[in-house]
Amino acid sequence: MTTYLIRRLGQAVLVVIGVTIVVFIISHLLPGGPARALLGPRVTPEQVHAFIVANGYNKPIFVQYWHYIDNLLHGNLGYSYHYNQTVNSLLAQDLPKTALLVGLAVALAIVVAIPLGILQAVRRNRSIDYVLTGASFVGYSMPTFWLGILLIMTFSVSLHLLPPEAPQGATIGVVLQQPSALILPVVTLAVVSIAAYSRFMRSSSVENLVQDYVRTVRAKGASEWRVLFHHVLRNSLIPIITLIGLSLPAVVSGAIITESVFNYPGMGLLFWNAATTRDYPVLMGFTIVIAVATVVGNLLADILYAVVDPRIRVG
Amino acid sequence: MTMIAGQPPPEQAKLLTQSPEGGETAAVGSLWRLILGVFTQNRLAVVGLGIIVFMALFSFVGPLVYHTNQINTSVTQATLAPSSAHLLGTDEVGYDELGRLMVGGQSSLEIGIAAAVLASLVGMVYGSISGFVGGWIDGLMMRVLDSLLAFPALLLLLLLASIITPTIPIMIGVIAVVAWLVPARLVRGETLAIRTRDYVQAARGVGNTGWRIIARHVVPNVIGVLVVQTTLAVADSILLLASLSYLGLGPPPPAANWGQMLSDGLNYIYDGYWWLIYPPGVAIVLIVIAFNFVGDALRDSLEVRLRQR
Repeated sequence: MTTYLIRRLGQAVLVVIGVTIVVFIISHLLPGGPARALLGPRVTPEQVHAFIVANGYNKPIFVQYWHYIDNLLHGNLGYSYHYNQTVNSLLAQDLPKTALLVGLAVALAIVVAIPLGILQAVRRNRSIDYVLTGASFVGYSMPTFWLGILLIMTFSVSLHLLPPEAPQGATIGVVLQQPSALILPVVTLAVVSIAAYSRFMRSSSVENLVQDYVRTVRAKGASEWRVLFHHVLRNSLIPIITLIGLSLPAVVSGAIITESVFNYPGMGLLFWNAATTRDYPVLMGFTIVIAVATVVGNLLADILYAVVDPRIRVG
Repeated sequence: MTMIAGQPPPEQAKLLTQSPEGGETAAVGSLWRLILGVFTQNRLAVVGLGIIVFMALFSFVGPLVYHTNQINTSVTQATLAPSSAHLLGTDEVGYDELGRLMVGGQSSLEIGIAAAVLASLVGMVYGSISGFVGGWIDGLMMRVLDSLLAFPALLLLLLLASIITPTIPIMIGVIAVVAWLVPARLVRGETLAIRTRDYVQAARGVGNTGWRIIARHVVPNVIGVLVVQTTLAVADSILLLASLSYLGLGPPPPAANWGQMLSDGLNYIYDGYWWLIYPPGVAIVLIVIAFNFVGDALRDSLEVRLRQR
């Protein structure tokens, strides 16, 4: 277990270093380099030169990378001239709200998808299975932005049940004060994950249901309920943990779309605005934070996996 | 989006125990006969293939039959309801919507398929080298993959699209940049298994070079997995293109794709211009489902074949 953890941790550190190299390379791909990106299109060559010297961009590439890492390690992600704020303060403001949205959506997806997957596995190749499989194919294939707008049209415009816009507020506390406005964004974001998780849960449960241990448990007279929720569920959950960890980047991608549909004041919306206004410090800073968060998330999923499934620790 | 791709669900046990007729493909050696077998046995795959063929004909042959002006805009002809002159009405700049769907379908299919194929080719080369060479080089190459996989696809795409103005070839490249990671990892896993097989050892023993073994023994054996992955990746690429178009970073007009048409149409949702919303939306959902049906069916039968080997 300890060697596994150490090896896995070492890999994660290497991956984080890789992530910083990728973002560093992208920042040098910018048209005109970081100077043009920061100072805007109307900058004079003299100003560019002054900027390059002041920020050390005339130094060797390795020195620049070291400088970049040094800044990152000191928690300095850069400065957005567009918002006239540090990227750190923008992140501190908006990241928790996105974390809330993503967290609620993943939680909803797990709560809905796991029973659905088990239900499909138990009733496999019956009509309910076909209906749910069809629904998950549609849910998976639907562009998120269209789904969001269809939900707004149905529940806000036609039925007047829920507000069409996400809660507006600078802090997470304000956002939480309007729970009804959170329902549509969370559901929109969760649908793709529900479709993906439930399909996976179905196959995972189907595979477990034909195992010998299930027959043994049944032969010992356990109720069907106990077979399903005590034995099959536990074993089917194991691969789901990895799937959830791996699907986090996709959920964050979905959050960008969802936030722009519902005008949810989170990191995704800010990132999108930054992409359209070419606010590169924000783009770079956010990208690196999200990527590192993903690496940590996958690491936690793997550790959880090892805790849940003793076979992993040996292998 | 790229969520279940690369995570093959454990379907095989069910197939072996429940549909013995699925096992017939096991004896079949060639990939093409395998693919043929899938379509004779799996109804969903036939439906999927039918939709794909229909959409391809609609987009590429349709304009030869249904002539529309897709060059000149016309304000007086904008947002007309469907009529005998314009079977699906006209869009916000006066293009015939049905004709536009054909043009949009062309770029959606071209970008989706080309990006997926390009991604698979790059992934195949990278993955087979990584898996075949092994050792610390493999470790390093896999950490590079992990680093890139840590970025949410849309985040990276937005970043790239904000740097370069997207044309169709650039769009293909940009989507391939985020899509080659999963096939690379799949191929690497397969290669690790193939590397230890006797025929590879034999090939090495008679003095073949590494490149030749990769080309003659590894690649033919991973091609099945790769075909499945590519099919599913087409669906994901079309969806990614739609998302990018919605965010305003797709190929700029006059280029059209279904995602762009759908997101443009959604601006008119309160005006009740349903013909600008449902046709492109339904087209996206159908084509994505179709590629998923075909990909899943191919994977199922491939896994049965692998089990029997």
